[in-house]
Amino acid sequence: MKLHEYQAKELLATYKVRVPRGFTAYTSSETRKAAQNLGGSCVVKAQVHAGGRGKAGGVRLVSSPQEAELVAGELLGTRLVTFQTGPEGVPVNAVLVEETLEVERELYIGMVIDGSTGGAVLIASKAGGMEIEQIATESPDLVHQVPIDPIVGLQPFQCRLLSGLMGLTNEATRAITPLLVALYQLFVDVDCSMVEINPMVVTTNQEIVALDAKITLDDNALYRQKALAELRDESQEDPLEAEALRKSIAYVKLDGDVGCLVNGAGLAMATMDTVRAAGFEPANFLDVGGGADPERVADTVRLVLKDSNVKRVLVNVFGGIARCDEIAKGIVLAMSKDHQLTPIIVRFLGTNMEEGKRILQESGLNVHPISDLTEGIAVLKGLGTA
Amino acid sequence: MTILVDNNSRIVVQGITGRQGGFHASQMLEYGTKVVAGVTPGRGGELFQNKVPVFGSVDGSVKEAGANVSIIYVPAPGAADAMLEAADAGIPLIICITEGVPQRDMIGVSRYIRKKGSRLIGPNCPGVISPAHRCKIGIMPGEIHKPGTVGVVSRSGTLTYEAVNQLTLAGIGQSTCVGIGGDPIVGSSFVEILELFEADPETEATVLIGEIGGTKEQEAAEFIRSRGYTKPLVFLIVGQSAPPGKRMGHAGAIITGIAALASEKTRALKEVGGIAAPTAGEIGSTMLTVLGNKT
Repeated sequence: MKLHEYQAKELLATYKVRVPRGFTAYTSSETRKAAQNLGGSCVVKAQVHAGGRGKAGGVRLVSSPQEAELVAGELLGTRLVTFQTGPEGVPVNAVLVEETLEVERELYIGMVIDGSTGGAVLIASKAGGMEIEQIATESPDLVHQVPIDPIVGLQPFQCRLLSGLMGLTNEATRAITPLLVALYQLFVDVDCSMVEINPMVVTTNQEIVALDAKITLDDNALYRQKALAELRDESQEDPLEAEALRKSIAYVKLDGDVGCLVNGAGLAMATMDTVRAAGFEPANFLDVGGGADPERVADTVRLVLKDSNVKRVLVNVFGGIARCDEIAKGIVLAMSKDHQLTPIIVRFLGTNMEEGKRILQESGLNVHPISDLTEGIAVLKGLGTA
Repeated sequence: MTILVDNNSRIVVQGITGRQGGFHASQMLEYGTKVVAGVTPGRGGELFQNKVPVFGSVDGSVKEAGANVSIIYVPAPGAADAMLEAADAGIPLIICITEGVPQRDMIGVSRYIRKKGSRLIGPNCPGVISPAHRCKIGIMPGEIHKPGTVGVVSRSGTLTYEAVNQLTLAGIGQSTCVGIGGDPIVGSSFVEILELFEADPETEATVLIGEIGGTKEQEAAEFIRSRGYTKPLVFLIVGQSAPPGKRMGHAGAIITGIAALASEKTRALKEVGGIAAPTAGEIGSTMLTVLGNKT
């Protein structure tokens, strides 16, 4: 789950990581007041869950409260389109109004869980301000990775070494060391899967300030991070994906018309790959998950059908912890009158497959049973373009 | 021979009185697996299906029922505790089926288990099965498996069944099938399982199923290259059609760079002699060709 910049910065401030003085505003007049408080000249930043805001015109320097009000009027209530959002963009419901700083240099600071070392890794670069992927491609020597031992945590000496690699002054090194240690503490305390501060700036008086902040929380841990879980902003998500998240369904909306209902992320991806290789476009990625009962399966099917692009549904279930009969019951429960004719291409194998097939065949739905995906593709071709 | 499990494996099911634990304990018993105990805290002294003793702790199941493999169906908030308890009780092989375990928990758990000298498979995995020994420790449908000489290792659950089913239909049996799990931090990697397959005289060839994200497939490729893995390897990497950035965090992509892409993983494994199955539906036929060419 992603946090907004202003939410991330509030969190950073509680860990004594310095952030620019600022105010979150939801209206133009609030923005004007915030700018007044900051002395007129300030920066107005659109609060959206997407990178690339600067280039998209979502980060604006203003020199007076009047100009701040004007800029907020242009941003609030619109949808910001960046290279990360797709053409529909994401709504701007709030702006962060912040003081401007005298910046000497910009650093990149990131923290992420790394599967190969089995722990958190601190990533840093003196080439802050650009996308980290770009730094890694263009000048990989400037990207430093510091694996963090979970028992002892991030140590000051590691931060000093890193600081040396980035060529910071002694004063800046003294300032950044406790800050990185605190950042790791935050990372652990609130179950982050990713923290990215880009840029972390060194000011002309050698202070270290988090000029931007992106925090992603581990979805698996939200049950024990209740206060933070409440900060979820569904307006930033695709409506169907947001609904899926509320119901803990692994669903990603895509642009095709073949609704996919699969159990297991791997088989779901393999099914999408196969559908696409055959010249069709999947409408979604969906993992029904293990151990779903019929009600939950029904919810899942309803979600797939809510996407009005979906003209046919491909069900690919290999029963293990999921049982074919329960999936079948869920499909029958979910198919409303509007969808009685929607072709459902079904492949069941594994746990309780015979029972699952029987339930579907007796349901009166437009079911096309298949025994493998090759046959499924043939059926898709036979149905033609819907 | 087989890897990880055999007919001396004595299984304790942690979470045996739960809905999933109970269902799959029955399925394992039906398959012929030696389920010797169950564990549910606070329910010690009961009998599962009138035959399997339930203990209040893993320690009890080790001491009184001689359990030496644990399988965990405990819900995610309690899964870390369950894995640690199994390692502390001296269980050498711990298989965790549970999905949704917080990453921070796994950082500690994976290290603790390694320090104790136990091996963890999973979490978020389908388990391990050895068809020749009628030993199924997991949630896979047992009847699709057939005793034989192909080892299967996979990050996916259901896609492993898909691969196994194709092998069986093609007349190719399996020595052992291992699902290592789909989470970023898992107890055993491809490398550790390939090492075991290399040492197993009855495994003739292997199937590896990977996916986008992380670098586990590249690590497998590096192992194959540097250690001279001798057994033919058929592989499939899924996620070619996954939209970028949806599953992977922004900074997560930096550790691996473009390495997280399916195309990069495919390239890495091809470079070390791996044979790519053209689609998910052609794993069995590809292996058939490979084995045919070998003899």
